[in-house]
Amino acid sequence: MTEPIISADRVGYAYRGGAAVLTDVSLAVPPGRNVALVGESGAGKTTLLRLLLGLTRPTEGAIRFEGGLLTRGRLRDYRRAVQAVFQDPYSSLDPRHRIGRIVAEPLRGLGLGAEPAKVAAALEAVGLPTDTAGRYPHEFSGGQRQRIAIARAIVGNPRLLLADEPVSALDLTTRVRIVDLLGSLCADRGLTILLVSHDLGVVAELCEHTAVLEHGRLVEQGPTSQVLGAPSHPYTRRLLESVPRLPA
Amino acid sequence: MSLLAVEGLTVRDQAGRALVDDVSFAVAAGDRAGLIGESGSGKSLTALAVTGLLPPGLSATGDIRLDGVDMIRAPEKQRTAARGPVAAIVFQEPLTALDPLMTAGRQIAGPLRRLHGLRGAALRSAIGEALAEVRLTDAERIARSYPHELSGGQRQRVAIAMALACRPRLLIADEPTTALDVTVQAEILDLLDRLVATRGTALLFITHDLPVAARVTRDTHVLRDGRIVESGPIADVIARPEHPYTRTLVDSARRFDAALERTGRD
Repeated sequence: MTEPIISADRVGYAYRGGAAVLTDVSLAVPPGRNVALVGESGAGKTTLLRLLLGLTRPTEGAIRFEGGLLTRGRLRDYRRAVQAVFQDPYSSLDPRHRIGRIVAEPLRGLGLGAEPAKVAAALEAVGLPTDTAGRYPHEFSGGQRQRIAIARAIVGNPRLLLADEPVSALDLTTRVRIVDLLGSLCADRGLTILLVSHDLGVVAELCEHTAVLEHGRLVEQGPTSQVLGAPSHPYTRRLLESVPRLPA
Repeated sequence: MSLLAVEGLTVRDQAGRALVDDVSFAVAAGDRAGLIGESGSGKSLTALAVTGLLPPGLSATGDIRLDGVDMIRAPEKQRTAARGPVAAIVFQEPLTALDPLMTAGRQIAGPLRRLHGLRGAALRSAIGEALAEVRLTDAERIARSYPHELSGGQRQRVAIAMALACRPRLLIADEPTTALDVTVQAEILDLLDRLVATRGTALLFITHDLPVAARVTRDTHVLRDGRIVESGPIADVIARPEHPYTRTLVDSARRFDAALERTGRD
């Protein structure tokens, strides 16, 4: 089997003197296989994401990056390979900076050379006009801001995109367009996505593998067709039943 | 006569730009109407105009009759009197709708005391009933809790209990489940469904989410850029959308439904 880009190996996390937030979580993201992490508020999704991003260290188990432990010394390589997009496109872009500078930020931070051509290519890849670079975040709608955040994430050609509820704050029609964009980035650039989402329709559309987190434990994981098509855990079934759908 | 009749409602900002443009619809007693639209469609401003709660700087023209009261031109006192007993409103984010410095019990006590003149033991038992009605178990603890001590779903239940404590004939719900987890959303929708059905309360449900609207409303109006582009029974609007925008909305929702359906077949 191909080496996963990142994996959590029997990971646990507890605040000092507090109850466990995550217990015995094992999850791997192999290249080319989009993975969804599904769960509701308080399930531990954000904590797991922070561990996977190297922002917090697990209190049990280990996070691995390309087979080796994710140590402080490897964080630079890690940031080149793994970038993130967050839920709220209004708070994730610095309002004082022009888009060109915002998108170039990972290039500067990683010493990759912040050439305007790379920024222009990233903006083009997310379907924004080149004059976007000279404008400010407030001039853009929610969907456009999320495109800008995605451009920033892909500008350094990462292997993996950690996307934390990237379409939850968007209107339905915009949501479809951003999901299409993420799908085409995977197809065209060999990008892999770890998607944190509570929206099972979006998960079914984008991810081959689904893991369901409840109260800090993975209650079920496997191919999306199996987990969402024939769920074995009652919690997964409850999630599926709760999804509002159009009358046939 | 309709409980709520809106004719040619236009809401303008100070620059004279129409944010809501010539909107007309009616909600009869016991009816369930939906206003569906995405951000900037004017759906929330319509709800605020209906209850006479437009923020300063915005002005409404046209005609709004809420149980006969002219909600645009009537004196503030009359409009306030219509709010509560006639129409109560539930917002998207219960945390901003609830007073952070007041326990849930005291907030529900407000309308009960004011409108029904309840005091003492009668008031306490009415608070308990109101909380039980929105299926909050452990009502005593909830009544003593401050909003920040409650979960999102519990807060929204408290907000609904507050709105319903006035025994309104029309409940206006503006994206009441958008901020909630999907299992909690399903519970709150069931709750609203049941409460308006058993009491015969009319419902004006505002959402961007077509499947959610399909779940609780009967008649619907699709708004875009401040105008109603299509109206009709929601089942028909979904089955045979006429306006291109409605079609896009339906297609978008179908897209994710279909992705989920496929997982069942693979």
